[in-house]
Amino acid sequence: MKARVYVTLKPSVFDPQGSVVAHALTSLGYSDVKDVRQGKFFEVELEGGDAVNAKTRVTEMADKLLANPVIESYRVEILSS
Amino acid sequence: MKFAVVVFPGSNSDRDAWYAAGHVLGERAERVWHKDTDLAGADAVILPGGFAHGDYLRTGAIARFSPIMAAVTRFAERGGPVLGICNGFQILLEAGLLPGAMVRNTGIKFVSRMVPVRVEQSDTPFTRACSPAQILHLPIAHGEGNYFAAPEVVADLEANQQVVFRYTDQAGNPSEDANPNGSVNHIAGICNRARNVVGLMPHPERACEPALGSADGRVVLESVVKEFADRAHA
Repeated sequence: MKARVYVTLKPSVFDPQGSVVAHALTSLGYSDVKDVRQGKFFEVELEGGDAVNAKTRVTEMADKLLANPVIESYRVEILSS
Repeated sequence: MKFAVVVFPGSNSDRDAWYAAGHVLGERAERVWHKDTDLAGADAVILPGGFAHGDYLRTGAIARFSPIMAAVTRFAERGGPVLGICNGFQILLEAGLLPGAMVRNTGIKFVSRMVPVRVEQSDTPFTRACSPAQILHLPIAHGEGNYFAAPEVVADLEANQQVVFRYTDQAGNPSEDANPNGSVNHIAGICNRARNVVGLMPHPERACEPALGSADGRVVLESVVKEFADRAHA
């Protein structure tokens, strides 16, 4: 079973890397770029096939380690293989 | 008194802290490996600068789960003085021993230079020997020293006088130009509610002798020695 975790900075947190990327894109001619927010993406492979259990486990992992709740929020997706 | 300097894989300022406490100040100082589970009977603990566990995931995110951190947390909860310097500060934030978090410097660049820092509170174990509003010239060296906390947390820190160090210009005034990393309210260091746990991004341990360009950092370690002596006589 595979899970995907998307970690992003909360909207209230300034993202210096994202704004540099946005700036680089506009200087490449993509003048329609308004903003970029950079985040992290995790693919977690789990043993066992219980999707509900997997979601609980991976959410716990995100809370404990993968994301810092002070500055980041996250979203967990379970892939049905 | 005895200092314990915790060594994580990737720490690089542990020897500087050990040298400052043990040689410059002449106190007992022992380096303690992150896999150890006790603090070797130390009276004060330093979490040093560096890149613990490669700063993988987030700065301090892996280090906070090192076995020694359970002992550091117990020590802090009992009121023991704990100082987190740079990466050590980031570890204290991830461990929840101090509020807030660090994000990338607003200018993206890693900044390594000497900066003036104003001492805001002289009632913590690490600022007790400072005069009020004393300006210290200390080196900074970090890529993620942009202190962030939710507005209500920052308001709380200010109201409870937990901002211990602030970036200022040479005259002691905080300004955007004098803020090297974008930290909210120009915060360079804070303490917990009980005031025994202090974290700061600048490196006092690297500024303890005039040959290093500044000896201003010495007072930070001297403060905790003074506190220990005062307690022993109390």
